[in-house]
Amino acid sequence: MEEKTNIMERIAEANRPVTTGVDEKDIKDWVTIYIMGKGYRVPADLTILTAIEYAGYRLLRSVGCRQGHCGACATIYRRAGEYKLQADLACQTRVEDGMYLVQIPFSPAEKAIYDITKEPYDASVFIKYYPEVARCVSCNTCTKSCPQDLEVMDYVQSAIRGDFEAVADDSFDCIQCGMCAIRCPAEIVQYHVAQLGRRMYGRYGLTMPKHLKKRVEEIEKGKFKEAMDTITSKSREELEKMYAERQREPD
Amino acid sequence: MKKLVITSENIKFLKKINELADQDITLCEQCGTCSGSCPMVADMDITPSQIMRMVQLGDLDVLNSKAIWVCASCYSCTVRCPRNLDVSKVAEALRQVYLRKALDYVEIKKIPKYELVSLPQIAIVSACRKFTG
Amino acid sequence: MKIAYYPGCTLKTTAKNFETSAIAIARELGIEMVELPRWTCCGTVFSLTADDLIHHVAPIRNLIRVQEMIENGQIEDEKRVLTLCSMCFNTLKRSNLRVKENTEDLKKINDLMYREKDYRAEIEVIQLLELLKEIGFDKLKAKAKNPLKNLRVAPYYGCMILRPIEVGIDDPEDPTIQKDLLEALGAEVIDNPYKKVCCGSYQTVNNKEKVAELAYNILGHAQQEGAEAITTCCPLCAFNLDTRQKEVLKNHPDFQQMPVFYITQLIAVAFGLDNKTFGFNQNYVDPKPLLKKKGLIK
Ligand code: SF4
Ligand code: SF4
Ligand code: SF4
Ligand code: SF4
Ligand code: SF4
Ligand code: SF4
Ligand code: FES
Repeated sequence: MEEKTNIMERIAEANRPVTTGVDEKDIKDWVTIYIMGKGYRVPADLTILTAIEYAGYRLLRSVGCRQGHCGACATIYRRAGEYKLQADLACQTRVEDGMYLVQIPFSPAEKAIYDITKEPYDASVFIKYYPEVARCVSCNTCTKSCPQDLEVMDYVQSAIRGDFEAVADDSFDCIQCGMCAIRCPAEIVQYHVAQLGRRMYGRYGLTMPKHLKKRVEEIEKGKFKEAMDTITSKSREELEKMYAERQREPD
Repeated sequence: MKKLVITSENIKFLKKINELADQDITLCEQCGTCSGSCPMVADMDITPSQIMRMVQLGDLDVLNSKAIWVCASCYSCTVRCPRNLDVSKVAEALRQVYLRKALDYVEIKKIPKYELVSLPQIAIVSACRKFTG
Repeated sequence: MKIAYYPGCTLKTTAKNFETSAIAIARELGIEMVELPRWTCCGTVFSLTADDLIHHVAPIRNLIRVQEMIENGQIEDEKRVLTLCSMCFNTLKRSNLRVKENTEDLKKINDLMYREKDYRAEIEVIQLLELLKEIGFDKLKAKAKNPLKNLRVAPYYGCMILRPIEVGIDDPEDPTIQKDLLEALGAEVIDNPYKKVCCGSYQTVNNKEKVAELAYNILGHAQQEGAEAITTCCPLCAFNLDTRQKEVLKNHPDFQQMPVFYITQLIAVAFGLDNKTFGFNQNYVDPKPLLKKKGLIK
């Protein structure tokens, strides 16, 4: 990963911490954070993500959209003088003085394989693929660790009793960051369970909206084939050029 | 017959089970009421009163018995013991000694899917509580 | 009267018929069962080790929900929560007793749930049979416009509403609460010596043959005494005695299958309620032929 491609440099450029180009003398507020135990002095207005980069780390994992959407940047930290373990998104959370932190790039978990078209719309589907949901002890740790502020325990509980609508509604904003699963004493993988619930509910619990049906038919009839072919046949350079010149709202 | 040797390990084991089960197991008088009341006894390798005896002796082999897993926590023994002891709690303590090492007695992920979908929630939840660590 | 009601997972899935029939008869008796908001699975089995507190969190969290309902004026019975499922009843009641008797445990559990308001350990957990007895079986009798004449029923109690003694709702060695109720409804009640002997409980998950043998024993003895049907108030008993009859037949081909009712289903029949409330489609052995034969349903 040492070799910086042109595009990588450009992304890095676009994402430089806000302090870039500012003389350090002019930064008034500094905090000390501990990244995996090692202390760093960083400007106080950085996010955890940019502070880690400021400290000199280059993140290969634990970073994605930088906008709080992708769930890649899960962080666990403790504030100075607190016993509570906090979980947040590094790109969305400001550093604080005395914070101890570490990035959690991935939550190890196997995703069940199922064919949604062949699954009966039955409450037992959760137990069928994720019987460990029955181990939930209602400790609420998952809810406490969710950076999206979801009622994670509630949707796990709804899964045990096969309430598809509740699982889908309560987990709708899940970005699959994995924090809940990492901390669950019952070793449940909440976000996979939730995804199964949303898929089942989407397919069997909701009626398909007319406009969606119409659009799917159009796609199947090949309405967008020509446009897609034009794009997929382009070279990388051509695509980059198109991207740079795309129509967009002014910043 | 197995030769009985008292070691500090045996005594430690007895103390630990006494503590987890919150009772003084040495009070068991081996009357056998629990064994006679137990609906599962026919499927056990040792009887409930034998479980009690082995724990009294601090015999760690009791952890390898099938009996502790066959117990259904029905509390028949609980209501009948003349010494106010509770074998259901002793059996649970012994299961916990095993399960707390992050071991599972029943691997729920390996139960066939057609079985899982046929079982009521109440059965799966209890099995998770009793058989998974 | 409005009372807080804790359903439990199984009453929302394989035992919906227990819930629908219970809600229907309660309404008939002027009781509105108000379901707890955001309840969680109680864990089904009471945790028996002295140092284990985490498994009491779920029961206590649910009792906090009841406390909130009282504070919000959602219920009129200001100290109790009603359960139907025997196992939920046992687990909630025992955990409740544990924290009532042990303020240190209560404090630790409250501390662990620091996002919730503290549980004050003032709630009582009751089971439907207790509530029905309190209302009076004579009141039920008065409502029974379709008495269960000639129906020979053997009540089955199982474990969790009887044992241990501190949570039991009746004599653990010779319970009669179901008998008294069924007799009030006009049924001919058959005594079964196995009425309080465990059905094997959760062993049904990994030892279904054993459970089938226990079920055979319970059902076979009831039949020998002349029973045509069984009643229960535990969805796990119901599964082991009803659905496991399939396994019983494998070992005992001459076994005569017999219906297993939730006691609330028979009360609903006796009350002459709408047959939609019975939920017989969820019973494994179809009880309709028997009830038709007795002229109890059309
Ligand atoms: S979620 Fe944050 S959001 Fe996306 S990568 Fe961030 S960096 Fe990330
Ligand atoms: S539910 Fe779990 S995976 Fe989803 S956003 Fe919350 S913590 Fe992340
Ligand atoms: S962290 Fe796990 S055990 Fe605790 S409430 Fe969430 S799912 Fe249940
Ligand atoms: S009934 Fe009590 S005293 Fe008798 S053998 Fe069993 S545990 Fe010991
Ligand atoms: S609790 Fe266990 S040991 Fe005691 S009678 Fe029941 S099955 Fe037997
Ligand atoms: S009889 Fe069976 S399920 Fe019912 S309470 Fe006992 S063990 Fe329970
Ligand atoms: S309901 Fe989940 S078991 Fe009591």
